[in-house]
Amino acid sequence: MKMLVCVSKTPETTTKIQLNGDHSDLDYSGVNYIMNPYDEWYALVRALELKEAAGGSVTILNVGPADNDAVIRKGLAIGADDAIRVDATGGGSLFIAKQIAAQAKAGGYDIIWFGKETIDYNGSEVGAMVAELLDVAYVGEASHLEMNGTTATVTRDIEGGIEIVEVSTPFAISAAKGMAEQRIPNMRGIMMAKRKPLNVVAAEDAAATTSVKSYELPPAKTAVKLIDPENMEELVRLLHEEAKVI
Amino acid sequence: MVLVFAEATNGKFKKAAHEVVTYGAKTAAALGTECVALTLGDVTDAGDLGRFGASKVYNLSAPELATFDGSVYTAAIAGAARQLGAKVIILLHNSTGKNLVGRLAARLDAGSVPGANAIPSTDGGFSVRKSVFSGKAIADVSINTDYKVISLSGNSIPVEESGSAVSVESISVDLPAAKTKVLETKRAEGITPLPEAELVVSGGRGLKGPENWGVIQDLADALGATTACSRPVADVGWRPHHEHVGQTGVAIRPNLYIAAGISGAIQHLAGVNSSKTIVVINKDPEAPFFKAADYGVVADLFDVLPRLTEAIKAHKAG
Ligand SMILES: Cc1cc2nc3c(=O)[nH]c(=O)nc-3n(C[C@H](O)[C@H](O)[C@H](O)COP(=O)(O)OP(=O)(O)OC[C@H]3O[C@@H](n4cnc5c(N)ncnc54)[C@H](O)[C@@H]3O)c2cc1C
Repeated sequence: MKMLVCVSKTPETTTKIQLNGDHSDLDYSGVNYIMNPYDEWYALVRALELKEAAGGSVTILNVGPADNDAVIRKGLAIGADDAIRVDATGGGSLFIAKQIAAQAKAGGYDIIWFGKETIDYNGSEVGAMVAELLDVAYVGEASHLEMNGTTATVTRDIEGGIEIVEVSTPFAISAAKGMAEQRIPNMRGIMMAKRKPLNVVAAEDAAATTSVKSYELPPAKTAVKLIDPENMEELVRLLHEEAKVI
Repeated sequence: MVLVFAEATNGKFKKAAHEVVTYGAKTAAALGTECVALTLGDVTDAGDLGRFGASKVYNLSAPELATFDGSVYTAAIAGAARQLGAKVIILLHNSTGKNLVGRLAARLDAGSVPGANAIPSTDGGFSVRKSVFSGKAIADVSINTDYKVISLSGNSIPVEESGSAVSVESISVDLPAAKTKVLETKRAEGITPLPEAELVVSGGRGLKGPENWGVIQDLADALGATTACSRPVADVGWRPHHEHVGQTGVAIRPNLYIAAGISGAIQHLAGVNSSKTIVVINKDPEAPFFKAADYGVVADLFDVLPRLTEAIKAHKAG
């Protein structure tokens, strides 16, 4: 099984979001970065488990600038065999999907893995874009996968339940909670990661179909109204008459 | 023209479908064009979508559409858009929508905004607001292409009636063979799924153990609310994973979110702070959640929740 795991770099989950002066972008000073948790905890680990069970290879792919190499090396430390970085900055979802599709086509992978979304942009769209560009199957928000030869039985999360589907390789998939358990890289993995190949390739020409015009922060909450614990009738009255939610 | 894909569950339209048609009608009004709705497969009462502003409803029925397949649905929606001359395509940002937005954008070489939460702005271009960082910020995203694809987050805009039922017209599009085969679909009956819920009651580690969830469930039952939980609670298996809300769980935006025994860590807040009204019950007055709350009760949840449940019941009984 030849597998490609697409990973992105995101601000760490405790990051307090602040905007720059003209709100055209975030204020990135002091922000720490991590590998997007869905990519790392679920997609990458399940790909490694499949390789351990049946052989094959796991390649990490990131579309981004050289700053992203630390996150890519972490993926190698967790156990991926090699990595590709398509050298690019920004571009939007479809631009990124076109870069991934070009690499996927060249490499001929059986499974192309994604996380269910990035925790910064919350897009959930790149995996489906790549699947469409390659004309292969895609299963979004998958929480379980079993391989049987070239056929996979996949559970995907739907509103209030699950759907179990069957797909054959090659296919693309986005991983959600339940797919695997987070792995912490060990010392040996970290040492080996330094020697694993990280190939940097040039980006293909593709237009940016979207761009972020500006950011804003959600309106600040007014101070909390404390309610006497003995008087829940008052809370119900406020929810009904003031907040008008019940 | 604006084309809205109105999804039916077991042939029927839920509130979310009415929201997305309302959104499509308002987008069309902003653009000075009309909004039509597309329904796929066997549905009842499709013409009723006219009430929410669709000037026409199209139905595409084919055996291939009986179960969900991303490629087949994409071919259907993109094919209908091309045939009807629709340039703006709108759908819901639910599990179906997330499988389709990216495909439609790639197929039509379109800019897309997944998870929009406001009507597009059309002065000086076309841009759509969406929440990013699981609600910690809002981005205004410009779409720079002729075709535009938008998926709408649930419970972002109120449903509005602006018309009356319309006639339903059949449409036909060439469909490819499915690439996925659905073996089984399982849905919990009778419970509003979290992403669609207007009222949510949530419990954290302060509940001490799964055996104590009765106080959460009783309040949820009294309100007709859906239950949720913090991440550690799902991680240790006190509650199922699909109830986990937050930055790495489900992001929700209900009208009312009641949190009991949850400290309000930044990753938890990220997924719930778009809720319209937040009630926090915590015995620690210093719990960070109080800073994000509209109403707070500093007390032992095991005393307060049963009392709140009784007060809700009394309120409902009039
Ligand atoms: C990468 C990452 C991602 C994460 N993603 C998420 C996420 O998506 N969602 C999420 O929820 N968390 C997430 N977390 C975890 C988060 O940081 C917190 O650890 C978690 O939210 C705490 O859960 P809790 O509030 O239930 O428990 P605790 O923090 O232990 O809080 C329990 C609270 O209950 C109160 N309490 C105890 N007993 C009572 C009582 N009898 N009556 C009233 N109050 C009582 C206490 O005062 C306390 O405030 C993430 C963490 C990381 C590192």
